[in-house]
Amino acid sequence: MIRYALGRLTSLILSLIVASIVIFAVIEVIPGDPAAFMLGVNARPDTIAALRAEMGLDRSLAVRYADWVAGMLRGDFGQSWTYKTAVSELIADRIWVSLPLAIYALALSTLIAFPAGIYAASRRGSAGDVTIMGATQLGVAIPNFWFAMILVLIFAINLRWFSAGGFPGWDNPLQAIKALTLPAIALALPQAAILARVMRSSLLDMLGEDFMRTARAKGLTRRQALWKHAVRNALIPVLTIIGLQFSFLLAGGIIIEQVFFLPGLGRLIFQSISARDLIVVESVVMILVFVVILVNFLVDLAYAAVDPRLRARA
Amino acid sequence: MNILDIRDLNVEIGATPILRDVNLRVHAGEIVAITGESGSGKSMTALSVMGLLPGRAMARGQIKLDGSDILQTAEADLCKIRGNTVGMVFQEPMTALNPVQTIGDQVAETILVHEKTSRADALKRAAEMLDRVGLKLPPTRYPHELSGGQRQRVVIAMAIALRPKLLIADEPTTALDVTTQARILDLLRDLVRDFDMGLLLITHDLAVVADVADRIAVMQHGEVVESGKTTELLTHMQHPYTKALFAASNHAVSLPVRTESVQLLYAKHIVRDYPLPRRTLLGKRPTFRALDDVSFHIDHGERVGLVGESGCGKSTLTRAILGLEDVQGGTITLDGDPVFTGKRPNLSVRRMMQVVFQDPYGSFNPRHKVGRLVTEPFHLLDDPPTGTDRDTAIGKALTDVGLHPADAEKYIHEFSGGQRQRIAIARALIVEPELIIFDEAVSALDVSVRAQVLDLIAELCRKRPLAYLFISHDLTVVRSVTDRVMVMQAGKIVEQGETEAVFQNPQHPYTQTLIAAAPQLPDLAAVG
Repeated sequence: MIRYALGRLTSLILSLIVASIVIFAVIEVIPGDPAAFMLGVNARPDTIAALRAEMGLDRSLAVRYADWVAGMLRGDFGQSWTYKTAVSELIADRIWVSLPLAIYALALSTLIAFPAGIYAASRRGSAGDVTIMGATQLGVAIPNFWFAMILVLIFAINLRWFSAGGFPGWDNPLQAIKALTLPAIALALPQAAILARVMRSSLLDMLGEDFMRTARAKGLTRRQALWKHAVRNALIPVLTIIGLQFSFLLAGGIIIEQVFFLPGLGRLIFQSISARDLIVVESVVMILVFVVILVNFLVDLAYAAVDPRLRARA
Repeated sequence: MNILDIRDLNVEIGATPILRDVNLRVHAGEIVAITGESGSGKSMTALSVMGLLPGRAMARGQIKLDGSDILQTAEADLCKIRGNTVGMVFQEPMTALNPVQTIGDQVAETILVHEKTSRADALKRAAEMLDRVGLKLPPTRYPHELSGGQRQRVVIAMAIALRPKLLIADEPTTALDVTTQARILDLLRDLVRDFDMGLLLITHDLAVVADVADRIAVMQHGEVVESGKTTELLTHMQHPYTKALFAASNHAVSLPVRTESVQLLYAKHIVRDYPLPRRTLLGKRPTFRALDDVSFHIDHGERVGLVGESGCGKSTLTRAILGLEDVQGGTITLDGDPVFTGKRPNLSVRRMMQVVFQDPYGSFNPRHKVGRLVTEPFHLLDDPPTGTDRDTAIGKALTDVGLHPADAEKYIHEFSGGQRQRIAIARALIVEPELIIFDEAVSALDVSVRAQVLDLIAELCRKRPLAYLFISHDLTVVRSVTDRVMVMQAGKIVEQGETEAVFQNPQHPYTQTLIAAAPQLPDLAAVG
């Protein structure tokens, strides 16, 4: 197990190095001069030169890359061109919106999908199964931003249970969670629909396995066999989907953040691109990549916890 | 005393009768074998006793198991009986265990389901039971770390953990190698004596039946057509089906005498290494040597057998001969030309070889008509026949294997297993190859069908000289259809020679073990 974890950790570090090189190359090297790009077409040559000196663009590529990486390792992401503050502060403010939102949505989606998927699989073909599968079909088809607007209409405007948008900060955790609830539901339901379908089909595959028959021959009831033998085996494909969904929830929450006026990473990256603030874009993308790779690492560890065959393979 | 008493058991699924008036008794300490071909109702009888029939099945009659009638028992009470009064062992040890639980936990689960005891106690008893079935491994192992034979021991330990009065074993050794089979059968026999339990053994293998059963019930189309004490039944068979079944199991074909002795396939010092997963990040990949210095030859018109247990390199050798993969050492030539050139099979040589695989269901594309399936090897030809020539070739190939030219218009699902294997042979024959490789080609077939296919192979040899490599784990079959035999163990050919000489006087210890382990049908002519 430790050997496996170390192997995955090596792969995590390698992925991060490769990702940092790619991001650095795309933003700083490929589209001509970043300083000229940031200042726009009408900039005067001496302004560009001044910005180049400020950004350190007159130094060699290798030095700039090393400097960037070393800075990130210290937690220093440089100064934002448009906000005129440290990028690390910008990110720190916003990641405390985006990350809890993603975790909240993922928790909701899992809490809905697992019981729904297990129920549907264990009563395959019943009215309950058909209803759940119909609901998931709808959930997959409905865009989350449309769903978000409906939620706002019902719960914020008509019932006035929640505010229609904005984020009060974490000073009052209860208010913060309340503000994230509608966005989390809007994000979670379509994801839950996909997850429930994967859970159901994965479980149905397991129910047909020989070891389920063995379990029944031992004297386990249908229900015991399902919970003790099928569910854990069915988790493996489900974990893959959960990993992918978390990445989507973190970076893909941008539309939902717009709908609910949440100051998250998605909004930050969107505004920075519009403002041509490459320093912020570069750092936020790197942070997102880091979180996604970290989540994949955790999913890999979860695989190994579930399936002993993977522990042995490394 | 009767542990199991089945009276007038009838099972129907929808309007289709599955079992008809089955009567069967098993005493304590007795081994009763149910035998018959696929679809005869053997497994359904077993599942009826377990109360695990498919949901749509309707059962009538009486199944008394240790005094209680299974058919009248509620599901909740059946759960108390299963694993406690009756245990069951299944055919496929590779998939019968839960891959994510330790073997100790899985055996202990039988105890925990039925008894109010601590997990520690259950694990301790599970360890004892694993020891009792002869598994010399710690109970903390996972199924994937075990071989097929070891897994079957775990399944047996699970089934007998609570010392049930009846053990049902459904084809317990069919998926195992002969030497492993012999050890598992010994274990079952030993357990029956030791625990004084009844054993209902379901198997299609008559040699196994004759070897271990006290009584035999022969089933056909859901009916027990004949039953009795093993020795009596073997000496005084009454029912024509029983006679046919035993005759087919011992079926010997008459091969025509070989005339030529010109070398066809020549393999010299073949080495095949498979890379294994890297152990360290930048280290060299370790390799597994699947073929280790293998040398042999096959003459024109010569019938050569290849026997050995699973994992010995039989399939790797097939792939190497067909030029599907490059080898790491040695040369393989057919009529002097290498089978593998550059990065691909040598097509001019490849068209002289064809192969017939084991699985008559998986080796055809279900969406193509038989005519198209049979002509698949035409892509090897520079100038394949078209139009009426093509139709004639298809017709001839199908007729040669005992089918009708009109079958070319049908789809593969319209044929039985035996017919499919005939189609596979027709597909191999259509380019008139010099060499055919039969890779376990009759292993999945019922005995009577197997006998017909073996007859067909012999008949084809009579029509024109046909060289083949007949790969099988079944020594009886290899003995009857080959001139020469090679024995393979761990990637090496340990013995080769004239088939009869090798079987009668095996030289290598491994060959001796294999032949000794294979269950033998008693010579019916002598006893009857």
